[in-house]
Amino acid sequence: MSRQIPFDPGAYAKAMADALGLPLLPDYAPAVEANLAVAFRLAPLFLDFPLADDAEPAPVFQATESEP
Amino acid sequence: MSNWTHAPAHRIATAISAGDVTARTVVEQHLSAVSIRNGALNAYTDVTADRARAAADAVDLLRAQGQLLPPLAGVPFAVKNLFDVEGLVTRAGSKINRSNAPAADDATAVKRMEAAGAVLLGCLNMGEYAYDFTGRNAHDGNSLNPHDITRMTGGSSGGSGGAVAAGLAAIALGSDTNGSIRVPASLCGLFGLKPTYGALSRGGTFPFVASLDHVGPLARSVLDLALTYDAMRGTDPRDPACSGGSLAPISPLVSRDIEGLRVATADEYFARTGSPEVFAAVAAVASALGAMQSVTIPEAHRARAAAFTITMIEGSALHIDRIRDRAHDFDPEVRDRLIAGAMLPGQWYVQAQKFRRWYRTEVLKLFDCVDAILAPATPTSAPEVSQQTFVLDGQELPVRPSLGLFTQPISFIGLPVVTVPVWPAKGMPVGVQIIAAPGREDIALRIAHDLERRGIVRAPVAKH
Repeated sequence: MSRQIPFDPGAYAKAMADALGLPLLPDYAPAVEANLAVAFRLAPLFLDFPLADDAEPAPVFQATESEP
Repeated sequence: MSNWTHAPAHRIATAISAGDVTARTVVEQHLSAVSIRNGALNAYTDVTADRARAAADAVDLLRAQGQLLPPLAGVPFAVKNLFDVEGLVTRAGSKINRSNAPAADDATAVKRMEAAGAVLLGCLNMGEYAYDFTGRNAHDGNSLNPHDITRMTGGSSGGSGGAVAAGLAAIALGSDTNGSIRVPASLCGLFGLKPTYGALSRGGTFPFVASLDHVGPLARSVLDLALTYDAMRGTDPRDPACSGGSLAPISPLVSRDIEGLRVATADEYFARTGSPEVFAAVAAVASALGAMQSVTIPEAHRARAAAFTITMIEGSALHIDRIRDRAHDFDPEVRDRLIAGAMLPGQWYVQAQKFRRWYRTEVLKLFDCVDAILAPATPTSAPEVSQQTFVLDGQELPVRPSLGLFTQPISFIGLPVVTVPVWPAKGMPVGVQIIAAPGREDIALRIAHDLERRGIVRAPVAKH
């Protein structure tokens, strides 16, 4: 079982909306909070999966343009 | 006179090349069908009738001159409205993009289809900005399933599914970030090809999640998928992710015997959280192929979670200015997911991309032992158009994100997939994914073709 991240979606959404200048109108808030709740429920599934410090993210930057 | 709106693309092209019918006749039949049926189905948002007639006449002129016709000569096709079409505004399912200037050029895929002789009929409805599995759209109306208009097409390439299932195009191009070709193919009873990530150019398409976006075809025959894939191949400076790869055509390979190919069924994650008809469809395909073995795709639930998170964050990053400036002009079902995505930590994104590499390494090991893996395409057949939840394994789940439960862990690592339509004795179709190793579209297509040849899977035009 993955851990659950302690989370108050209403408080989090308001703080982030204020900090980032996002529109969080009263009729948007319930669905935004519901979507955040899903994201916070799913995220521990990969956040808690053990990976080495040198694990490379999937997209790899290339310094040169590949030949078309 | 024959009704060519029910014919697969390869048969249309063969008939036109043989002089059995003109491209103009085929196009007029399709335009007539669109004018009659589109009001009920909401598949097309733009019809390019003048362009189609001119292109059809050009094909007929080539034949009259005795020239060899290209492989898709006179085949009517249409594109999800996130593909640029010169002179039309690229809506990407949105209201906001309608403020943009019309496209100055065609998408690469459109150009390549036309170079292969195909005739563009227009642009197709889709879920807003492709963030959708339902085919619902608050601005253009919902795409409706031609096999039962009380049910959804699936999305986000909803109009693509509806048009091909209704005989309003022989081929439709769609895009697939997490399942947006495979879900409508499943719910509309069609063949769909999500190619290897990077195999086909996305040049001139409106993006969603750059690290997950693919383009590909939906059609009513496997050979049509292969012909379309061949037509669209090649590197493209307009798409940095497009590797091109081998240009050897795969359409001549699809009818090869599948003897010796090792096929297994995905178990665990892919054998639960679905309705019985879905697993019956997978079992029917496995039985027909003599696929007795099962394999476990490791940590698929984590892969789905990571793909879900990458999608939220990249999608929100793409639309952040539109969210700030024009939030009220979004489809509410999309807007609220994007706002939430803009609030997620950057660390999550990096960790999800690291997990993605680990997961790819582990999944690719499976292909040492098997050539293809079977899995359901969707957890149910087509839900009702406005349905918000369904109950699977005793859990009430939201329809919109959950329709991609089985597609998301596969596109996450860019594997090629052919979705094949299975019809129960009674009721709506459902798709089965045939998943192959990267670059092995030919294997998935060969298996799909074998199933089609034996009548195990089929994609008829809807009765109306």
